[in-house]
Amino acid sequence: MHLVYPVVLSALLFCTGVYGVLARRNAILVLMSVELMLNAVNLNLVAFDAWLSRAARAGFPHDGLHSGQALTLFTIAIAAAEIGIGLAIVLAVYRNRGTADIDRLRDTAEDGGGSADTGAGRDDGAGTDDATATATGTGEKAEASA
Amino acid sequence: MSHGFLSPTGVEVTFLLVGVVTLGAAVVSVTTRQLVHAALWLVVALGGLAVEYLLLTAEFIAWVQVLIYVGSVVVLLLFGLMLTRAPIGRSPDADSGNRGVALGVAVAAAVALVWLVVDAFRTTWIELDGASAGTTEVTGESLFRHWVLPFEALSVLLLAALVGAIVLSRKRNADVDAASSGKAGAARPAGPSTRTAAGAKAAGRAAAGRAAARPGEQGAADAASGDAGRRAEGGER
Repeated sequence: MHLVYPVVLSALLFCTGVYGVLARRNAILVLMSVELMLNAVNLNLVAFDAWLSRAARAGFPHDGLHSGQALTLFTIAIAAAEIGIGLAIVLAVYRNRGTADIDRLRDTAEDGGGSADTGAGRDDGAGTDDATATATGTGEKAEASA
Repeated sequence: MSHGFLSPTGVEVTFLLVGVVTLGAAVVSVTTRQLVHAALWLVVALGGLAVEYLLLTAEFIAWVQVLIYVGSVVVLLLFGLMLTRAPIGRSPDADSGNRGVALGVAVAAAVALVWLVVDAFRTTWIELDGASAGTTEVTGESLFRHWVLPFEALSVLLLAALVGAIVLSRKRNADVDAASSGKAGAARPAGPSTRTAAGAKAAGRAAAGRAAARPGEQGAADAASGDAGRRAEGGER
């Protein structure tokens, strides 16, 4: 097989993930796009391992460690850990703030200005105590509707 | 062995077709406005990648991909979508305002990367005949002969991630207990378990009922228990 096929597919999948990370608003969709990027890297690793382990038989210098496949397994395990921690963080943010939209989490923005579509004006230009109080109110509403 | 650039083999044609399906599913997954559909299209993309691993003779990794990604990661993502109350239908605000910039960056990166790798690996072929390079035997032998230390370190990392996820997602009981035990006996909590705000209010009412037997203190007890209930509510978040 030509090496270009898997490598080009991997590059295109990675760029799809980049688009998703930059363009999505929901934090869980951003995590999905990160998974796409990790999978593109995995495909790269597997393709190069298949190429190099065959080239080793033809006298090509190669360490014979099957590094690509071992690293792919490690990447899959790390991605599983990442998605667990990421979802725990997103759920904690949702419980505290009542939203999982990363556009609205602007507490540490320096200019304090923000998107006009936040509706409640929760954190735009408000003081820290005020923002916390309104966020708590939102969380109460979210929990009351449960 | 001669290779023809314009005469693709059967494996290459299969790889190309599955790759088109995979890429299409990935694109739909990052562009659709229905959040649950995005997770389901991600299943198609990840399953297509498992088929690609099989075509590259990495059998063990293909099944690990099916088990972990399609089996557990997508289920976790769906749970996350449900727990954050994602709308079932089309949600108009799935994409943020910087969509155009994101599209520009992604297209530029795609053009640069594809041009680079095509130019670099124009004359490189993978020999796929012969024994498989990724059977369970080969993978296990290399993993437990050369990669034992990283493997064990990874198990510690997984344990740390598990503990971290549990710590992150449990409610803060210490705050609740501190808030309610701070009130001098008016609304004594039943225990350090995960009491809800409703439980705190019920305890407050019981305390008020006890205090009603002693007229004269009722107003004070009511105020105290109501205060404790509010503070317990606030302490939970």
